[in-house]
Amino acid sequence: MYEKAPLMEVLLVSLLNGLVYGMLLFMLASGLTLIFSMMGVLNFAHASMYMLGAYFAYSVSRVIGFWPALVIAPILCGVLGALIEMYALRRVHRNGHIAELLFTVGLAFIIEKGVQMAWGLLPVPYRVPPVLDRALFHIYGSNFHAYRGFMLLISVLMFVAIWLLLTRTRIGLVIQAALTHPEMVGALGHNVPRVFTIVFAGGSVLAGLAGVIGGNYLVTEPSMAATMGPIVFVVVVFGGLGSLTGCFVASLIMGLVQTYAVVLDVSFADLLARLGLHVTSATPLAEVLTMPLPRVGALLPYLMLILVLLLKPRGLMGTRDT
Amino acid sequence: MLQLKRLIALLLVVVIALWTGTGTVTAQQGGTIKIMYTDPLSGPFAQVGDQNLQQFKYILDYINSRGGAVGRKFEIVSFDNKSQPSEALLALKAATDQNMPIIMQCSGSNIAAALIEGVDKHNERNPNNRIVYVNCGAVATELTNEKCSYWHFRMDAHVGMKAETMVRALPKEVTKVYLLNQDYLFGQSVQRDVKTFLGKLRPDVKVVGDELIPLGKVKDFSPYVTKIKASGAQALLTGNWGPDMTLLIKSGMDSGLDIRYYTMYAHLGGGATAIGPAGNGKVRSVMAFHENIAVETGKTDTEGWTKQFRNQHDFDFYAAGFRTIFEFLQAAMNKAGSADPVKFAAALEGLTITDMLGHQVTMRKADHQILSEYFVGVFTKGVKYDSEKTGLGWKTETTVLPKDLDQPNTCNMKRPAA
Repeated sequence: MYEKAPLMEVLLVSLLNGLVYGMLLFMLASGLTLIFSMMGVLNFAHASMYMLGAYFAYSVSRVIGFWPALVIAPILCGVLGALIEMYALRRVHRNGHIAELLFTVGLAFIIEKGVQMAWGLLPVPYRVPPVLDRALFHIYGSNFHAYRGFMLLISVLMFVAIWLLLTRTRIGLVIQAALTHPEMVGALGHNVPRVFTIVFAGGSVLAGLAGVIGGNYLVTEPSMAATMGPIVFVVVVFGGLGSLTGCFVASLIMGLVQTYAVVLDVSFADLLARLGLHVTSATPLAEVLTMPLPRVGALLPYLMLILVLLLKPRGLMGTRDT
Repeated sequence: MLQLKRLIALLLVVVIALWTGTGTVTAQQGGTIKIMYTDPLSGPFAQVGDQNLQQFKYILDYINSRGGAVGRKFEIVSFDNKSQPSEALLALKAATDQNMPIIMQCSGSNIAAALIEGVDKHNERNPNNRIVYVNCGAVATELTNEKCSYWHFRMDAHVGMKAETMVRALPKEVTKVYLLNQDYLFGQSVQRDVKTFLGKLRPDVKVVGDELIPLGKVKDFSPYVTKIKASGAQALLTGNWGPDMTLLIKSGMDSGLDIRYYTMYAHLGGGATAIGPAGNGKVRSVMAFHENIAVETGKTDTEGWTKQFRNQHDFDFYAAGFRTIFEFLQAAMNKAGSADPVKFAAALEGLTITDMLGHQVTMRKADHQILSEYFVGVFTKGVKYDSEKTGLGWKTETTVLPKDLDQPNTCNMKRPAA
């Protein structure tokens, strides 16, 4: 297929690529894990917060620059999330999980349409700030773009910040308890609705931040929520409910799996050949067996999702069922 | 009181019936020549239909100001097909219910295939209410080969022709190319056709990489860029559209990949914005038109016309070439002396006109495929009309003439009896 560069070189560069992509997934999935674990609601509008984060950052950065937008846009998303939780989701909560789910589905549609009406149907020119728009270092002849290093930095900082918040602050301890035993926490007299609002708002802030970082690296357009949504859902379920570490691990695994699947040009047939079984065009299922891994790489996460639901439904490090 | 209400209701019904009823009758006799246009007007590809509509409106204003056809004006009626063949067939039904002579569609070869079949069936069963399908952009090669139909007229170059144009644009110094396409009918078609024409026209070129990616699923193209770099390719040839194209190019530029990008859709709405100034001199696209061609060839009328569109809209007039479609319809209807589908279809096949860029364009009789000039433009600074306010625009690198794209076809066309 292609003149093979030294395997070590390819594997090392791909490790870096996989890490960056995995961390972007984590930024988006962490908020959803918190919300899902706590409230039992799969928030379909989570990826919409991601999209809004990107669009808010675009509009704000046009007026006062990228760096203020980095702070303002996620806060706007958090405020919006808090309002949605207090005035809408809380009421719907009384009617059960299905109602909440449907509500978030409707919300996702409304946000998408709203974005289309406000910013138009085309991608918007939300760009990486010039100071970060260059190579950070060279690795085996390619550039490692500075912005990707920035993304890595922000996502690591985010993980550390969430971890500190959850383990070192009082509200964090209450949230942790509510993640695994929400009814008990309520019975102990804590203001569970307020905790819910904080978590929903917090999750929205995280999604918004992911949007600010990812929107100018990827493309900022009205369909970005719909395209990111499914993979984030897979990460959350794979990582397991109630565990942020599980989410972190799952994000990295997904990122690395998808990345390595692209660079490893092997197929089932190659594997069988090593065992002495040769696949010809006459072999049944030849088309499937000779399909190279890169061609199905982006579908592997969904395959893994099915496997985990069959074998370990709680997810990788899940601590509770819904 | 009740009697009065009933009387008013009855009166309203009669008035409405007459109002809409007369609309139907005049569609065929006098009044405007209605064209049913169906494309995605909602969902992820909404901008496609939406921008096409705006460009059509501008073009029709021009065509109608030049007299329309057979003394009547053209009018477009839009129908959102939501990217679904079933919805497109509903559009067809709506069109035939209102006796419209033409249905037009640009986006999605799967939808086009459904429409060709639907139109054929309808025309067979309804000889007094036939309809013509004008295909403004569904490019799968089969549609004018295995699946060809007398009532289908394709007004854009098909995949085979675009692939040949792309191969012809490769400069002599490029000898190693990497192919990357979307893993579905269209992408596989591009892959196959590009390899065929490389073999025919540029046997000196080696294909050092050949990749298919799942449609719309890949977010991170950096591993692909790693592979492309490792292969030593000098040019990346791709039929990708949408995020699959923009993310690929962005990723390549971010990692400093020193390569030429040959695409088929970088010139459409949103492409220039997504690629940005970093793409200067690197990204090429195979296209029917760009706003600087008229400047390069000194066609000041056409330049003035497209410039006016620019002043009124915030996206490029990339589909200005659609004007050729209506000039064909105009010429065919005037030649036949009628807007009746049976009559003007017979006049349309085999017709040659001169388009607004001065080329002789033909509607080939054998398969109803248009033979038109095609261009490869490079995204660069220093052109008169920039794209989407990026400061960069398209400059022609290669022009391929209609006669060069006169590829063989396998159409076995069944013609209606006289």
